[in-house]
Amino acid sequence: MRRRWHWFERDLAARAGLVALASIALLALAGPLASPWRVDELDWARIGVAPGLEAAHWFGTDRLGRDLFVRTLAGVRVSLAIGLLATLVSLLIGVAWGAIAGYAGGRLEGAMMRVVDVFYSLPYVFFVILLTVTLGRSPATLFISIGAVGWLTMARVVCAQTESLRHKEFIEAAVAAGLPVRRILVRHVLPNLAGPVLVYATLTVPGVILIESFLSFLGLGVQEPAASLGNLMAQGTAEMESAPWMLLAPCAFLVAIVLALGFVGDGLRDHLDPRER
Amino acid sequence: MSYALRRLLGLVPTLFIIVSLAFVLVRLAPGGPFDQEQTLAPEIKANLERAYGLDRPLGEQYLRYLGRLAHGDLGPSMRLRDFTVNELIAIGLPVSLTIGGLALALSLLIGLPLGLGAALARRRGLDRLLMATTALGIAIPPYVTAPLLALVFGIYLRWLPVAGWEGGQLRDLVLPVVALALPTLAYLARLTRASVLEVAGLPFVRAARAKGLSEARIVLVHVLPPALGPVLAYLGPAAAGILAGSLVIETVFGLPGMGRFLVEGALNRDYTLVLGKVIVYATLVLLLNLLVDLLRALLDPRIRARRRA
Repeated sequence: MRRRWHWFERDLAARAGLVALASIALLALAGPLASPWRVDELDWARIGVAPGLEAAHWFGTDRLGRDLFVRTLAGVRVSLAIGLLATLVSLLIGVAWGAIAGYAGGRLEGAMMRVVDVFYSLPYVFFVILLTVTLGRSPATLFISIGAVGWLTMARVVCAQTESLRHKEFIEAAVAAGLPVRRILVRHVLPNLAGPVLVYATLTVPGVILIESFLSFLGLGVQEPAASLGNLMAQGTAEMESAPWMLLAPCAFLVAIVLALGFVGDGLRDHLDPRER
Repeated sequence: MSYALRRLLGLVPTLFIIVSLAFVLVRLAPGGPFDQEQTLAPEIKANLERAYGLDRPLGEQYLRYLGRLAHGDLGPSMRLRDFTVNELIAIGLPVSLTIGGLALALSLLIGLPLGLGAALARRRGLDRLLMATTALGIAIPPYVTAPLLALVFGIYLRWLPVAGWEGGQLRDLVLPVVALALPTLAYLARLTRASVLEVAGLPFVRAARAKGLSEARIVLVHVLPPALGPVLAYLGPAAAGILAGSLVIETVFGLPGMGRFLVEGALNRDYTLVLGKVIVYATLVLLLNLLVDLLRALLDPRIRARRRA
């Protein structure tokens, strides 16, 4: 284990990414406690004020007088939560689908992977839009619909990986010992998939966060009065002439999160992905 | 040629799946296109639904839709009463194709040379700088760059209009196209760099160098053509990404493209409008993917052979 993580001490980008990510998460969780304002509280005396120390509106307020420090951090929490949950959904579907297809092989694998191919060729964002419409606009449907479409790459990676495992001696030994298929998959195949799955999960999270903010920006994601980075940016865009700070804070946080996750993911891929060794 | 034709026919089942899936998804959504008008008497609503054929069984509606689609008719819009979906698409498509096509061209024209330059300057200052900037470029989506660009160049510097579309003049095009192109441009640059570096490490390049060929000839004649394969393969997904990005770009800059009315249509249950636009977007993506595949097959005979097998 020690040796495995040794690279991490030398990979400056990955370490900086992880530190930045942890700081942002900590700020998103603890920051609102430091502010006297709540997410939907209106400050009638200070509508649309610029960032400053006055009345603890550190990021300024929007045109309803809501505190943007608290709202931006709430948006960060939404982004991180959806990033994790939707990635979890796509991980569950993708790993199950890919492991079954890869282990079964033959015609079943062909059929299952053909399904993935067809879905791959569909313009995915437009189907997420359709799905959010079908399932109604709520955070829950948001991560289900993003996760439900985001599992394809995971399924491909897992399928290829399982296929190469299937002919290893220890799997053949397990088959010869008469273990049931389910037990072989769960106890012997899945643990050996952990590396690539972890790598691709890390690389999925920023993509998912971007889709969430994309949908919220268009008005299909998180709804007012709840805050998300996407809908804060949409409001900021509408008001950018008179109140540019409304746009800048959520933009900065979104970019920082995606960049940090990218650095961590690249670091993991360079050192954990068997194909890179 | 017969290969191209066969691939074109191969799109039909995929398109059929797309149309069916989109039809089912739109119809599963609760509510209907005539629900939101509060003053609508039940008789009038029933009449409206009959006029649009919504009173028929769903299966029959589906078959009827497919029949009309086969003739290229996407039906009337259910919310924008004076327009058919075909008319709305005829208005929006040229705008979207203009900004999308220009964005793709721009990212190729700048991304490829950047990537090549970075690969040649491997691990030196220029390479490091380009890699850092492109990492930033990929991480920043168009709905962040678009308003920021409008803020800087439209509001602070007043060089270009913040929004608008007066017959597609150049000054209206610059900011949307640049915002749309940046992530693709950055990704293409990185892809080109990685691909060129990979090919440059192959034995035949060493052989060419040993033969005493000039560095320029090695790069342009021996390294670049095979290195373009993965870059070309990425153009399909890149086009899909640019189309998706054009949705937000059109919103930010108030352009009358395909994305207009799509979100409203989806929320208002304008069945025909949403279906029609999703089908057109999907067809565009599929056709572009096909075009890229054909281009690759033309350049690399191995791909043709593999597909046939």
